[in-house]
Amino acid sequence: MIAAVMGAVVVAIGAGTYRPLFPPSPNEAQIAVAAFSMDKTPATNAELLAFVKAHPEWRRDRIARIFAEPTYLTHWASADALGDAKPDQPAVNVSWFAARAYCSSRGMRLPTEAEWEHAAAASNTSADGANDGAWRAEILSVYSRPSPQVLPSVGGKTNFWGVSDLHGLVWEWVVDFGNATSAFASGADRMRFCGATAAGASDATDFAAFERVAFRTSLHASYAMKNLGFRCAR
Amino acid sequence: MRIHVALSLLFGASAVFAGTSPLWLSHDKHFTLSSPEASTNVVATLTHAPQVPPPTGRKKPAHVVVDIEVKEVVAPIAGDTTYTFWTFGGRVPGQFIRVREGDTVELHLKNSPDSKMPHNIDLHAVTGPGGGAPRTFTAPGHQTEFTFEALRSGLYVYHCAAAPVGMHIANGMYGLILVEPPEGLPPVDREFYVMQGDFYTAGGYHEKGLQAFDMQKAIDERPTYVLFNGAEGSLTGPNALHAKVGERVRFFVGNGGPNMVSSFHVIGAIFDRVYREGGTTVESNVQTTLIPAGGAAIVETTMRVPGDYAMVDHSIFRAFNKGAVGTLVVDGDAAPNLYSTKTKDSVWLGDGNPFGAAKTEKKSGDAMASGARVFASTCAACHQQQGQGVGRAYPPLAGSDFLMADKDRSIGIVLGGVQGRVTVNGQTFDSAMPPHGHLGDEDVANVLTFARNSWGNTGAPVTAEEVAAKRANGTPIVKVAQ
Repeated sequence: MIAAVMGAVVVAIGAGTYRPLFPPSPNEAQIAVAAFSMDKTPATNAELLAFVKAHPEWRRDRIARIFAEPTYLTHWASADALGDAKPDQPAVNVSWFAARAYCSSRGMRLPTEAEWEHAAAASNTSADGANDGAWRAEILSVYSRPSPQVLPSVGGKTNFWGVSDLHGLVWEWVVDFGNATSAFASGADRMRFCGATAAGASDATDFAAFERVAFRTSLHASYAMKNLGFRCAR
Repeated sequence: MRIHVALSLLFGASAVFAGTSPLWLSHDKHFTLSSPEASTNVVATLTHAPQVPPPTGRKKPAHVVVDIEVKEVVAPIAGDTTYTFWTFGGRVPGQFIRVREGDTVELHLKNSPDSKMPHNIDLHAVTGPGGGAPRTFTAPGHQTEFTFEALRSGLYVYHCAAAPVGMHIANGMYGLILVEPPEGLPPVDREFYVMQGDFYTAGGYHEKGLQAFDMQKAIDERPTYVLFNGAEGSLTGPNALHAKVGERVRFFVGNGGPNMVSSFHVIGAIFDRVYREGGTTVESNVQTTLIPAGGAAIVETTMRVPGDYAMVDHSIFRAFNKGAVGTLVVDGDAAPNLYSTKTKDSVWLGDGNPFGAAKTEKKSGDAMASGARVFASTCAACHQQQGQGVGRAYPPLAGSDFLMADKDRSIGIVLGGVQGRVTVNGQTFDSAMPPHGHLGDEDVANVLTFARNSWGNTGAPVTAEEVAAKRANGTPIVKVAQ
């Protein structure tokens, strides 16, 4: 089922199971994910510009510093004009607060980590690519490359669910990125670094999952980074 | 239901983030260790390999600021092959840090806005859990700081410890930090920075183009490349290291791994001194020193003989087939008393008789049969089974005017060998034949009788008595006068 909302295409994702890299508890090695819907593509510059114009408190020159660090939307020419930034490039340099506000303005929300990971576990042909070594290697190689100086437009190849750009275009906010942090970091400094990270991981060979968890772990909600975007869910 | 419960908890967690950051993610608190002696403020000079920063030259501890930027870069790993390196400072290995024991080190870690990954730094010179990694976990486009006291002198590895740690190290995230002892290291003429690492590419060795990291090869510990200073050729050809005869050379050698242990060796040099594993134990007269993954050694050698010295991982297929080679070019006057030129190069035919020396044929009465056996085992390798010889290398015996002209000379040649130009049937041979005095008189007589009466040759037989008489007169090598 595909429906248009504010110009964005929203795709239905079937129910499934999420296997956290670091299960919060032994009973949560598998977490059920209910059916939900998410944007086919990450939010674009054009969409975020429309949002900022309608909600000027989220302009880069008006946002409270506690909600976004100084890099917020700095890739735009001005607070209300894209300039060289292309309308169909993914919106980046967006804080968690701003991303959440944008989704809320559409009657949506940020996906949970479980939802995002469930949708992103699909290969091009299967709802679960975990056992597809070639597909996993391809994701890892895409992650390994530095971010391109000019981001491509949204709308790359779609996966099993018909969703684009989950891997390789930009990192994406999830509403509970701090969940990765707390699971990854459980027991203070114990689990997070060096060889110790493998202890307690559900799959020590899923390096791409390690990278996503590591990335989420490094975030603060106010961070606005040039390779971090988002998409909405409901 | 489960998700809803989780969500509300998570919103709670997020609220914590919105306000004050958790301690271990703090990026605005500025911790400073205070030391009464650390009055001097210094910004550390950092160098890319193979350069080493100058000695600190300080008699007292200082407050030292070390500023490193992490960059993810695409660069050549070998020839036309490129790789995405994750680096401390833009190159592999990371920049060399040099401080003094007792220094308070304020480390600033910047992660380029162009990075995809969060990174951190674990310095083995740090005393404290994680070695700095939890204090420096840094998102792209951010910077972190922490401070530690360099309690112990030594040569230490630093590396990124962000998950998945093996991949960060395999992509080149390591370097060396030297903590000088209070009195400094003894002066030498040259210091070099060499660091080994193993790399895992999807394509095979020297396969062209941008190569992706191969996770399975890394897990299986099957490196595609084992390299010094992050690229094949980084220490050879125009990038070779240079020194002069008489100079003392010190190598700071690290091994980033992630998997391989290095057997570091300089071909043709003996290490005068090795600070084993970078610590304070000094060993003398070492040929090869083992450097663990995540370890280091200081090695010193005095260059006495000019020429090219190859640095290798003496797990030698890595040098031959995976790139682990560097060159130290030493200029200066030759030292023939220590190492002569090649003073001789001549033919060696082996002992010739696989059945043992001085084997004597029993008197059988059949000199020809006996001679044929000696010929087959001793002579045929060069002169060939039919006595036809080989090209311009070994003269023929069949129809040989030289052989048949002088029986006594032939006995002398078999016993004493021959050297110099020989003309056989009008053709010149400039080779040599080794002496065969180990053959008994009977064998020499029989083989000559055989040769002089085979392949169309006809001549008087040679007796054991004739051979004995010749031998009694001495059997110098025969020099043929032209």
